[in-house]
Amino acid sequence: MSKHTLSVLVENKPGVLARIAGLFSRRGFNIDSLAVGPTEHPEISRMTIVVNVEESPLEQVTKQLNKLVEVIKIVELDGSGSVNRELLLVKVRADATSRGAVLDAVQLFRAKVVDVSPEAVTVQAVGNSDKLADLLRVLEPFGIRELVQSGMVAIGRGSRSISERPQRPVAVPAPPMAI
Amino acid sequence: MTEQGGQGTGAVSGAQSLVTSLEAAGVTDIFGIPGGAILPAYDPLMDSTRIRHILVRHEQGAGHAAQGYAAATGRVGVCMATSGPGATNLVTPLADAHMDSVPLVAVTGQVGAAMIGTDAFQEADIRGITMPITKHNFLVTDPADIPSTIAEAFHIASTGRPGPVLVDIAKSALQAQTTFAWPTELHLPGYRPVTTPHAKQIKEAVRLIKDARRPVLYVGGGVIRAGASRELAELAALTGIPVVTTLMARGAFPDSHPQHLGMPGMHGTVAAVAGLQKSDLIISLGARFDDRVTGNLDSFAPQALVIHADIDPAEIGKNRHADVPIVGDCKEVIAQLVARLQTEGADGDYEQWVAFLAGVKQSYPLGYDAPSDGSLAPQYVLERLGAIAGPEAIYCAGVGQHQMWAAHFVGYENPNTWINSGGLGTMGFSVPAAMGAKVGMPDSTVWAIDGDGCFQMTNQELATCAINDIPIKVAIINNESLGMVRQWQTLFYNERYSNTDLHSKRIPDFVKLAEAYGCVGLACESPGDVDATIEKAMAIDDRPVVVDFRVHRDAMVWPMVAAGTSNDEIKYARDLAPEFDEDDL
Repeated sequence: MSKHTLSVLVENKPGVLARIAGLFSRRGFNIDSLAVGPTEHPEISRMTIVVNVEESPLEQVTKQLNKLVEVIKIVELDGSGSVNRELLLVKVRADATSRGAVLDAVQLFRAKVVDVSPEAVTVQAVGNSDKLADLLRVLEPFGIRELVQSGMVAIGRGSRSISERPQRPVAVPAPPMAI
Repeated sequence: MTEQGGQGTGAVSGAQSLVTSLEAAGVTDIFGIPGGAILPAYDPLMDSTRIRHILVRHEQGAGHAAQGYAAATGRVGVCMATSGPGATNLVTPLADAHMDSVPLVAVTGQVGAAMIGTDAFQEADIRGITMPITKHNFLVTDPADIPSTIAEAFHIASTGRPGPVLVDIAKSALQAQTTFAWPTELHLPGYRPVTTPHAKQIKEAVRLIKDARRPVLYVGGGVIRAGASRELAELAALTGIPVVTTLMARGAFPDSHPQHLGMPGMHGTVAAVAGLQKSDLIISLGARFDDRVTGNLDSFAPQALVIHADIDPAEIGKNRHADVPIVGDCKEVIAQLVARLQTEGADGDYEQWVAFLAGVKQSYPLGYDAPSDGSLAPQYVLERLGAIAGPEAIYCAGVGQHQMWAAHFVGYENPNTWINSGGLGTMGFSVPAAMGAKVGMPDSTVWAIDGDGCFQMTNQELATCAINDIPIKVAIINNESLGMVRQWQTLFYNERYSNTDLHSKRIPDFVKLAEAYGCVGLACESPGDVDATIEKAMAIDDRPVVVDFRVHRDAMVWPMVAAGTSNDEIKYARDLAPEFDEDDL
């Protein structure tokens, strides 16, 4: 099994996420991570889906996704040709004695403290999954009280865009009578 | 959204807009049942002069009727139901249409927009429920969206790989005032079915066809849906390549044609199974390498290269690797194969192969043993039915032994004359599907071929047929059991017949049941009466007819490839494996 990152452009309509999640589950494909958000076109949303499959089931995944009427385009982004980022918020135990050491670690990873209380600090970090895993390993000894992580978002390197050129609409056959 | 004309754009109710939209989409027949949430639509529907609404007795009947209508005519079938239980009763026909690529539009009422999500009376999230079993579905809460949604639904259902589309409309949208405007254009940026095959793939396919020594045309339901029988006949005539037609493709190629090896698969003919299994090139046209055709996939047609043509790219390479994938509509694909073969010369040398298969076909013809006690063989009934009703009639089957016998013994010469539930295997499909087929093709004789188990699942639609002047004919192949399940119990469960005995020669009395429904009821239990009974049924055209053919209960469907085993393990009859003289290959 290997991880693949799919960028999926979908129509921004209710129920699209349910369609895609349902498709993965009923065809037995595992989603590692999924992130959805708006794009430069208000009518189009972009999903970044990380799947853990072999090459031939991956082809089935993309073909089945493409069959969904509201899926406009699917692009597989490879690791070296794209920038991948995840967001991490983690609440670390930090009292007066340990806070200095925690802050050192935060600085080392170019992370940020976004909330402070007498017993804990909340750290925000952005990066690829390896970097975030490393940060967590360093913070763990202080005591992690709570953590939340986003799905991965990814974009291809260079000037090219995967966004669709607008397509010509489909003509409707004339009704069989005057209306 | 661009709109058509300025006509008819006065203020109307959403319900009126729906009815006018259905008319604009060309709908002439709807099968349905009203109820609370869809009720507003039924009021303007009453005044429509273009649409005939047929009030069925169960929404499942409406769905299968729309399927039968679509399969017989090639037009989109339409069914209508209310919210909640009305809509959930459509689930089986939608799933069936999805599996068998039947163009269908289902319109359901939904509770008012403000009530959605509150567990209101008769509320069910039918859009959520049917997501995996429709090609697409919609929930409409804004009455202004009704015309464009209906237009999109018909476009999606009928183009590309056909399939069912559900349009769920909130009661509040049906009741609200809106303006009707039929769109001239649809904006479906993610829906672009490819119908024209790539020239390079056609060229490559032709090269393989010319080089092959043992090719076979593996014809699936896509050829029927694409209306490509004529093109297929040309390709077969031009190349001389043997043809097999799957359960979904019966009628796509004449059974009487010498190149036709019959139906492949679990209950396929020995020649059709051997034709695939021993081939060196499978030319798959609108078929999907279903497990019921391939048997154990790893040992399926081990020496064959595969040309796989399908309008749905996801079918290509799904089960079997395709050496030459061709995405396109079968009508165009086959026409282009023919054109290129004509240019290059269809000079493949298949002589030995054709002779080998002719030998297999001759050694292992379709057949059956007449019961020694003089009782009625079900195969004989179907053989005679096919002979007397003829190849112009339409035959709709249920699911089970009778379906397999009907597939083999009726004899099909024309597309769209064999209608059955292939993928989903829905018992109870036949009577309502026959009703729909008869509505779509009123001048054709339509026979429902049903089992006694299947018949008891949906026979309430006989009332619909009798009242609405839809004179279908029903042949019940009554072996008083769930015959196919019983056959498996005979073969694989030591003849322990757990819960397969229906006692249906005793209860119900099918003749009386038919009469109670305003139909003519006939019964037949000896071979000598079969012809006369069928002829009597054929002579009645003012009412539906139900014939209770009381057949031998131990008859089994042969040939058979046991589930999960290799096609090489085919049995011609119980404990009888065919012997192939492979030196001839």
